[in-house]
Amino acid sequence: MSDCGDSDAGWIFYKDRPDWNDIKPVPEDDGITPVVVIAHSEKFEDVYDYFRAILQKDEKSQRALELTKDAVELNSANYTVWQYRRELLKELGTDLRSELDYVESVIKISPKNYQVWHHRRVLVEWLQDPSQELDLTAEALLHDPKNYHAWQHRQWAIKSFRLYDKEIEFVDSLLSDDVRNNSAWNQRYFVHNNHTGWSDMNVQREICYTLEKIKFVKNNESAWNYLRGILLHDKRGINGNGVVTAFCEELYKNRCRSPFLLAFIIDVCEEAIKKNETNGFHNVERAKELCTALATKYDKIREKYWMYLRDRFEMYVCVNGENSQ
Amino acid sequence: MTSVLRLFRDIASESYNDEGYASNTSLEQIDVEAIVCNIYRRFEHKAAIDPSLPKLIRKAHCNVLKDWLMHLPGNYSCLDASRPWLIYWILHSLWLLKKLPDAETLSKVVNFLKQCQHKDGGYGGGPMQHSHLGTTYAAVNALSIIGTDEAYDSIDRSSLQTFLWTLRDVDGSFALHNGGEQDIRGAYCAASVAKITNIYTEALFDKTAEWVISCQTYEGGFAGCPGMEAHGGYAFCGLACLALLDRTQLCDIDALLRWSVNRQMRLEGGFQGRTNKLVDGCYSFWQGGIFPIISAILAKDNKELIETVLFNQGALQEYIIVCCQSPEGGLIDKPGKPRDIYHTCYTLSGLSVAQHGTGTGESLVIGASETELNRVHPLHNIAPHMVYNAVHYFIRHPPPVKDDN
Repeated sequence: MSDCGDSDAGWIFYKDRPDWNDIKPVPEDDGITPVVVIAHSEKFEDVYDYFRAILQKDEKSQRALELTKDAVELNSANYTVWQYRRELLKELGTDLRSELDYVESVIKISPKNYQVWHHRRVLVEWLQDPSQELDLTAEALLHDPKNYHAWQHRQWAIKSFRLYDKEIEFVDSLLSDDVRNNSAWNQRYFVHNNHTGWSDMNVQREICYTLEKIKFVKNNESAWNYLRGILLHDKRGINGNGVVTAFCEELYKNRCRSPFLLAFIIDVCEEAIKKNETNGFHNVERAKELCTALATKYDKIREKYWMYLRDRFEMYVCVNGENSQ
Repeated sequence: MTSVLRLFRDIASESYNDEGYASNTSLEQIDVEAIVCNIYRRFEHKAAIDPSLPKLIRKAHCNVLKDWLMHLPGNYSCLDASRPWLIYWILHSLWLLKKLPDAETLSKVVNFLKQCQHKDGGYGGGPMQHSHLGTTYAAVNALSIIGTDEAYDSIDRSSLQTFLWTLRDVDGSFALHNGGEQDIRGAYCAASVAKITNIYTEALFDKTAEWVISCQTYEGGFAGCPGMEAHGGYAFCGLACLALLDRTQLCDIDALLRWSVNRQMRLEGGFQGRTNKLVDGCYSFWQGGIFPIISAILAKDNKELIETVLFNQGALQEYIIVCCQSPEGGLIDKPGKPRDIYHTCYTLSGLSVAQHGTGTGESLVIGASETELNRVHPLHNIAPHMVYNAVHYFIRHPPPVKDDN
């Protein structure tokens, strides 16, 4: 929990401000039997006593707008304050450009907060100007490359205003910094799924890209998940792409036993079985063997899961046996 | 059923291999593993001479939770807009520990929640705050835990239903509050609240299941909104929402199961929230809670599966009991982090799921028998009988005005 930051010298309480003496503060009314009572600072109580008063009066004024800033500074997760601030902005016709700067400064202090990013989004919608959003989110992602809120805002801006042009380069640079950054892989998928599309050429290009990454770091689940994701768009399916299956068998032959490789080969086997395309490499026996190897040696934490899958392959044998009779 | 603890030797053998390519992700992971490994090593020494280990320090947890229910320190100012959440997390934790407060205290809570109730039918983060779907979910769950007529009757169900309608978008999704953000939490909280209070209608949730399923990602988990990354909290919301709407057939269960099992950390034993992120005690429930729901779905084709959950229940319990207890009471995200109410609730909820699985098979308890917690309903995360009691009370007492939308 972050410090709510309210220890500045020279602070004047609202109750001591002459320009506020027409307002009767409204203390929080917890009823006769208060519970979960938070020991707020005197400053917190003072600001919120006046915020409640303004809210109750529905006062739409410049001083109310200033007050919401103080309230936000004490608790940036107070959605009621933000909502009222938006009503004030509309009513007062405030310059929304300066509001963009303001919310940017709050985002920098509280980058993992639903309310600040939502406020930003509403402003961008009102202004219909997304020109700063890629930079703003890139900055937030520089500090935390997996910040969910920042990615969500970025995706929203890109999708709403068609800002796909340089996104793959952005993703590339993040993946060269950290090839295990799953948020960046997800963004790669997002761009292809919403913009580039899944033409056969694009699918093959993405497959090559991913296999290159796996060559260096074989234990990277993000890359394997992405590979499976793009193969959903390959007409030949997960077992029909010769480049991918050859790549996997080569790794296996070279003694790679990454659980993600073995799991992937199991998926290839399963699809081959379902499509009646089994061969020497991809068949029920191989799948069962790999499940056992994962359960007992390479991925013991998931023993129950691998044994469950193994049992399912047993059932394929039964079903296929019945069919052939 | 008893289970054997993992040996330290076996735990340590699972350590991360960065294959010679260090990156932020691998460096952070290696740091956490070093700390956790150290704790497991010391624990094995202690457990060798004290057979009562591992132990849940119930008393400390109950004491701090009871304190928190009345008074909170100033650093909780950040949660001043989440007070019904604090109440739900505390009451649910105490119930899991079999130490719910007395009737008088619970009646005080009912009074306070009335103060948080907005005239539009929802509940705000505190008195005079706007209604919010999250705090409404928390308040309804808390009142269902309390389970008295006074608690049930304090909910204004006609207005609550109207409130839900105001948050609904034409595509079936729900905003968290009027003018607020919209994501999969909204759909789940709305469905949970509507089901428990019996204000659910088909029209209110028209297209909601289709919207939720559009959040299932290529990895198999669910994201907060379409296009985003699969995430434990959102995956729970997605699957639980589909189950509440009886539409799980829309979900690619094999993909969800694959993604979910892979979130359990091979060394730590706890769950991470996303691929290549760090372990966090709260995902013990968000990820762990997905498994009984998956079992129920898979059991439609294979009845045996209703007795089992497909993750490592023992390892998760080890992580929670050995690594996530604060000695002064309360539970934590991971070693080195401070305790807080949210993590106390969701690590304990996850511990309960790890012990009881789907609730139909035998329980599996690591450590002394007094470590065993009460069982939860995986869709609402309150006790199964509390869900039943609330639903049946509200069926017997229909809201004054029927939905005419």
